[in-house]
Amino acid sequence: MTKNTRYYVFTDSNGKQKKVKVSHLDSNANSINVKGKVQPITVTEAGTNDLIVSSSPHVWSKTTTSKIMLDVLIALLPAAFASVVLFGLQAFILIVSCVASAILAEWIFQALCKQKVTISDLSAAVTGLLLALNLPASVPWWQGVIGSIIAVVVVKGLFGGIGKNFANPAITARVIMLLAFSATVGAAVQPSIVDATSTATPLYILKENYGILPSLFEMFVGLRGGAIGETCAIALLIGGIYLMARKVITWHTPVIFVGTVFILMLILNGNVEVALYEILSGGLLIGAIFMATDYATTPTRAWGKVIFAIGCAIITVAIRMWGSYPEGVSFSILFMNILTPYIDRLTRKKPFGGVR
Amino acid sequence: MNIIKIKKGVLSMPLFKLPGAHVPHHKNTASKQAVKMPVPKEIIMQMNMHIGAFAQPIVNVGDHVLVGQKIAQAGGYISAPVHCSVSGVVKKIDTVLESDGTHVPAIFIETDGMQEISDEVQPIKVDSYEDFVEAIKNSGIVGLGGAGFPTYVKFAIKDLSQVEAVVINAAECEPYITSDTRTMIDHLFELEEGVKLLEKFLGAKRIIFGIENNKKEAIDALSKTFKDDQKVEIKVLPALYPQGGEKVLIYNTTKRIVPEGKLPLDVGVVIINVTTLAWIARYIKTGMPLVEKVVTVDGSCVANPQNVIVPIGTKIKDVFDFCGGFKEMPYKVMYGGPMMGVALPNLDLPITKRTNAILAFNQKEATVPEPSNCINCGRCINHCPLHLDPPAFAKALDLNRPEELVKLKVNLCMECGVCSFVCPAKRPLVQKNRLAKATLKKYLAEQKKKEEGKQNENK
Ligand code: SF4
Ligand code: SF4
Repeated sequence: MTKNTRYYVFTDSNGKQKKVKVSHLDSNANSINVKGKVQPITVTEAGTNDLIVSSSPHVWSKTTTSKIMLDVLIALLPAAFASVVLFGLQAFILIVSCVASAILAEWIFQALCKQKVTISDLSAAVTGLLLALNLPASVPWWQGVIGSIIAVVVVKGLFGGIGKNFANPAITARVIMLLAFSATVGAAVQPSIVDATSTATPLYILKENYGILPSLFEMFVGLRGGAIGETCAIALLIGGIYLMARKVITWHTPVIFVGTVFILMLILNGNVEVALYEILSGGLLIGAIFMATDYATTPTRAWGKVIFAIGCAIITVAIRMWGSYPEGVSFSILFMNILTPYIDRLTRKKPFGGVR
Repeated sequence: MNIIKIKKGVLSMPLFKLPGAHVPHHKNTASKQAVKMPVPKEIIMQMNMHIGAFAQPIVNVGDHVLVGQKIAQAGGYISAPVHCSVSGVVKKIDTVLESDGTHVPAIFIETDGMQEISDEVQPIKVDSYEDFVEAIKNSGIVGLGGAGFPTYVKFAIKDLSQVEAVVINAAECEPYITSDTRTMIDHLFELEEGVKLLEKFLGAKRIIFGIENNKKEAIDALSKTFKDDQKVEIKVLPALYPQGGEKVLIYNTTKRIVPEGKLPLDVGVVIINVTTLAWIARYIKTGMPLVEKVVTVDGSCVANPQNVIVPIGTKIKDVFDFCGGFKEMPYKVMYGGPMMGVALPNLDLPITKRTNAILAFNQKEATVPEPSNCINCGRCINHCPLHLDPPAFAKALDLNRPEELVKLKVNLCMECGVCSFVCPAKRPLVQKNRLAKATLKKYLAEQKKKEEGKQNENK
């Protein structure tokens, strides 16, 4: 059970942990009372036992990066389930191919770069799943794979891996795909269980004032055109509540983002019903709950989150009302991602007792 | 007396609530009365059991020493004398290697087991405030909560009208440690006398006990004892680490903020650990200086976790042996609690005045988790009780920007360990903070030198 040497564990400036053999710390202790019996300690050259000497603290919370990511995956499950129910096999294929390729891409990339392989932190799986849920059912699986590789390798890996990217990988990949495969990614596909002839999304109908809107109830359960994971509001809300209950995210970003969009739409349209349609349509809920709360690319402090959410809401409304695209959630989050470091600096708290 | 219960999240004066972390309590030893351990064969009296200058030995090798005898005198203004905890013979005066790699002088004494008490130990007559401070100075008492700051320095107050409140730190927020809790229960009468001394000599208008709500027995004992004392307040605070941090406790009990570079006294507060107060009263009553300590012995490896009354200078190996030895092989042994404690390289180091616990962890608990990338989750920032920004320290340090460190106020960091504790990526933030503080100190010293050099040139 005992090793022969004592180690001094410390962390170097790169954050890597090092163990160094210690031989200069001498001790006369060469026996130790274990289970009531005096047992000899395995004596080294210097006559030491093997105690780990490391910096305080000596206890750590149970929260780990992979547990947080697992919680996000669990929170996305209702939406993933709903997408398969609504959009059928195509949704299932898209989800599996995106998640699998994201994990594989991270593994291969890190192995090639001789980095530590971090697929076990589950962040690649989260990115892949989020990307899949943000794509419409018309996207073939191989396009999903390309998108995942872009998200994991280009947007995340090349910037140094988890936590070091400045833009949300899933959103960035989706925007790139929208430009590259506009026919499939830009299409508005109706759920396969709805036999509708119209292929327009509610947002398009709202914007162009042409077509038949689904009822608010249909909007709420996801019976409307759009990306496979964004339509079922109830599933997304369950996921959001789970994340807040698990303290993975705070209420600030989602509530203020959605709330501000609602208020602005109410003011601009003067109609509660239209405002309700606006918050239930497009990628607003999935964006506000899962994308605008991404740790790496959004502010860390409560006030920062408030500023971020209001900024996202204003840009979203502006694009929806006056832009040439019907949807603006992705762009708004991407734009605010860029401002995040500045928001973080702006909202830094005054140190307690600090004198400026 | 007033008992003020502060519920979580609703402070009496809602300026703002200081964050913290919910650390596991592990107060396994709180209900058992402390037991006295027999005198060991050899003791080691370190000369640095306090903050400040080393104490100077005043005995020679071969001298016969008695319990309570002064064997080393204070080495400066901020220093404290050392008294012998046993009767025996001075074997050698040598150095001890501490876990930070420094050698400190120490007196090694072979005990004779007689525990003869020195004539020096006589009840102290205290008539005036000056006598009171002098008594504390002679008692060798230092901050027993773990800080080790010579207590008399805190009480050497020029203008007593400055003192508006005395805060008694009974928070004991570190996991495992229960020695203060035991003192409050077992040494209640001494605590009562201590409070009377404070009232008499400091003229304090308010005496506030700050205690965490997980110590029911101690709270009950205190409220019964101080029922009729109008000056005493007992503030029951939520068990949120680091409740016992000096600035945190002062804020939570008095709503005063101690500014950077200032002392609690500057905001009208004197803060003292509860055990320290009890020991002051004991010294004045009996004349017995600080020669023994209640030490919590706990951790997954210890056979019988309990509180032990230990003669100061006892090797921790002997203390563990008294507690039935180890159940399994320890992989980490430390002084103090797991949040701020110091890991030890061997079991031969002695119990000092500031040791309030010794813990032994098994392999699983002792293993340091592998750090991964910071995911920018903000947990460290949002949990830091002092509103600091540890990842920014690390960044400024890596980019070698000490001026940035000045602005970020890294010097305020009390190394409480909350940021490292909550970090999901298990980043060694506290270690980085220490490094940043050291770097900043060096940088400031260099700056000062440069400026002085310039001034000299100008002359
Ligand atoms: S160790 Fe320093 S930075 Fe970390 S939480 Fe404590 S005071 Fe804040
Ligand atoms: S708690 Fe850890 S992972 Fe989170 S921001 Fe702080 S250093 Fe980064």
